[in-house]
Amino acid sequence: MNWPVGIAYLLASLTFIAGLRMLSSPVSARNGNRVAAAGMAVALVATFFLPGMKTGNFWFIFVAMAVGAGLGSGSALRVKMTAMPQMVAIFNGMGGGAAALGSVLEYVHKTPQSSQVMAVGLSAAIGAVSFTGSLIAFAKLQEIIQGNAHKWRWAQVLSGVLGLAIVALIVVLMTGSTSGDTGTLVLVGLTALALILGIVLVTPIGGADMPVVIALMNSMTGVAVALAGFVLSNELLIVAGALVGASGTLLTVLMGRAMNRPLTNVLFGGFGAVSVAGGMELPVGATVRETSADDAATLMCYSQRVVIVPGYGLAVAQAQHQVRELADLLLERGVQVKFAIHPVAGRMPGHMNVLLAEADVPYDLVYEMEAINGEFPSTDIVLVVGANDITNPGARDDPHSEIYGMPILNVDYARQVIVLKRSMRPGFAGIDNPLYYDPKTAMLFGDARASLQKLVTSVKSVAKPRTSRRSDEGRNLQETHRS
Amino acid sequence: MNETLLGAYVFFLAIIVGFQVVSRVPSMLHTPLMSGTNAIHGVVLISGILVAGQATNTATRILGCVAVLLGSLNVFGGFVVTNRMLEMFHAAPDKRS
Repeated sequence: MNWPVGIAYLLASLTFIAGLRMLSSPVSARNGNRVAAAGMAVALVATFFLPGMKTGNFWFIFVAMAVGAGLGSGSALRVKMTAMPQMVAIFNGMGGGAAALGSVLEYVHKTPQSSQVMAVGLSAAIGAVSFTGSLIAFAKLQEIIQGNAHKWRWAQVLSGVLGLAIVALIVVLMTGSTSGDTGTLVLVGLTALALILGIVLVTPIGGADMPVVIALMNSMTGVAVALAGFVLSNELLIVAGALVGASGTLLTVLMGRAMNRPLTNVLFGGFGAVSVAGGMELPVGATVRETSADDAATLMCYSQRVVIVPGYGLAVAQAQHQVRELADLLLERGVQVKFAIHPVAGRMPGHMNVLLAEADVPYDLVYEMEAINGEFPSTDIVLVVGANDITNPGARDDPHSEIYGMPILNVDYARQVIVLKRSMRPGFAGIDNPLYYDPKTAMLFGDARASLQKLVTSVKSVAKPRTSRRSDEGRNLQETHRS
Repeated sequence: MNETLLGAYVFFLAIIVGFQVVSRVPSMLHTPLMSGTNAIHGVVLISGILVAGQATNTATRILGCVAVLLGSLNVFGGFVVTNRMLEMFHAAPDKRS
């Protein structure tokens, strides 16, 4: 590697780290992304100046890059925020595929030294698993194929066999007994097996677990890229891949913790494959109390503290803007309004925050689970919109519940709970929610968007209180919000 | 020093840095974090450029360009979508200063 290019790569590595560092605050995050993108641009341009590059090939590369850039940015600009998990999944798959293909081609191009052969094999295998795994995750999220979970014992066995076969082939490749064409054949063979492994691994996993799968695939692509860096003796790829690998691993662990499930359980548990058998201990004769939009609106208008718990149902109903309008109206009346976000609300980590941001909800009204869970006992009303399992008290109290141990938002500690729900159908995990049978819970049935619209209309018609019933805190927030 | 060993140093140190830096990212920004890191690993596009750029036969040239295509989808799509998300985040008006 020549000097100027090496320095460009070093610069790019530093911008990646700086960019991620700037993501620690929403204020600097935007520039962080731009810094990293600028570093990327420098590195890409520099690559063309490496020795051995044939200018005759450049036009082909430019065309491929232009097509990729066009398609990538085009879909990135058009994608709906609700479809973000699919988008991340498919981009991630592209990266994995590029890593695998790059490593295989590099092996064919110039048979690398023995210490690099393991990196070639691993990079190809992990990249390939990430490629097909991400594509399956994309297809499931996009509902091109069924999102259901399956408890397929044979799939687990097959995954094991494929994994062992891939490892064995990598060992064969490393022994050096195969080189040239035979080596290429072995490498292509193990890559093909890895492509199948990706499909077998992800297909049985249910849609509810996709946040974990996407985070895992992200980290796998990162590792594949780092390994490709070893193959090419390119430190930039090693740094970038390691950063992403670390980030993906951290998010995978966080998601697993938020769902109270170890990774092995996500990958091989077939969670939600069977509808819940037993464990539901609803009081005999438990009934559900229904309320009207007018009653619910009046209750909220005359309370001091309201917490809104949005779930993915909100996004499905495209009701983010209605919920923001409702929050604005309540804030104007001096009611303190906060949003509570569970780490797995939505379809990927942080998804709900993006959806609320899209609807212009200021991020300082949005609270994480740990930050708000202590506040529920002093909350007058919790409004649950399109969220289910993350509010299920069974996860906290009922050892027989299938989701027992999963941290939840303790909405049942609030004085009253209003749940907006389409019907009594169980949630994504297929588990009934005792919250709905709690005497202090009132259900407002209907499409989330329509119900919120009704609430907005009703709140507008509720006479504003003349005397100051407002809490000081509420008034402060209101002023904050208005100015 | 052996090049692979040097790479291993870089790899493990970068992992440590990665954990440190990423654990400071608030969960509010985890989706942009994921799509941003996604764009960063698209840097593997470089390997596609190298393979395609040094290609001496048509097959390698074509396959290299496929890798370039996949990689650029990853890079450009990733950064654009992350930027789009981050532009939506804002604080309540008077807290912005």
